[in-house]
Amino acid sequence: MLAQNIIFGILAFVMIVAAFRLVTTKNVVRAALFLAIVLAGAAGQFILLAAEFVAVVQVLVYIGAIVVLLLFGVMLTRAPIGRDADVDNDQRLVGGLVALFLLGALAAVLADAWGDDKISFGTVQGVGEVSDSIFGPYVIAFEVVSILLLAALVGAVAIARRD
Amino acid sequence: MYLNQFLFLSAVLFCLGVYGVLVRKNGVLVLMSIELMLNAVNINLIAFGAFQDNVAGQVFALFTIAVAAAEVGVGLAIVLVIFRNRASIDLDEVDLMKG
Repeated sequence: MLAQNIIFGILAFVMIVAAFRLVTTKNVVRAALFLAIVLAGAAGQFILLAAEFVAVVQVLVYIGAIVVLLLFGVMLTRAPIGRDADVDNDQRLVGGLVALFLLGALAAVLADAWGDDKISFGTVQGVGEVSDSIFGPYVIAFEVVSILLLAALVGAVAIARRD
Repeated sequence: MYLNQFLFLSAVLFCLGVYGVLVRKNGVLVLMSIELMLNAVNINLIAFGAFQDNVAGQVFALFTIAVAAAEVGVGLAIVLVIFRNRASIDLDEVDLMKG
């Protein structure tokens, strides 16, 4: 358990620093790379929580596809590849206050509700259980997600197409 | 491991994402902040799934990942159209529907 806690601490520290830099950096491309660091750290947390299939999907879909898609978006919108002083609006103070207040409220509620509950890892839910569950009780939700992805794909092409 | 350590990490990431959405005015950076928030939710789902020995947490995290992929595809298409029409993705200038 100690080794897991140390790894959790390292990953959490890296994730929080990268997430902070993601929302404060002036460089759009660098922000995308910080996002990749946060997502890789999240994949590590999933492995710590014994959810290896979700970790693999996270690396494939998030880091492999979404970050690359965002980088394409950066290129297609000709965002300056360098420091850009003009990426924040003038609500920094208010935005920071709102985020801090939300964090305080969430922390109070979480500490109250889940105080010192521990994760016991009774039965590890492997890929087999996940797939049995997806194609068993959740098969309708799975099909709906498939239709949603198809609709989003067609919709994205229809929106971005030049007439 | 405590359940709360994962929930606190997720809360911190979510709040950083909220800050990014509120403060950024580049459309692509706002989309990145939204991805950060969705990812924080995924950590919560997996942590609760492990806590309750229930596979539903992992299943719904997978669904969230799929929905996030759909969202970023459509979002980037919208950002591209805004850029094409206005030659800028400054979201402060997109106020066509403001009363």
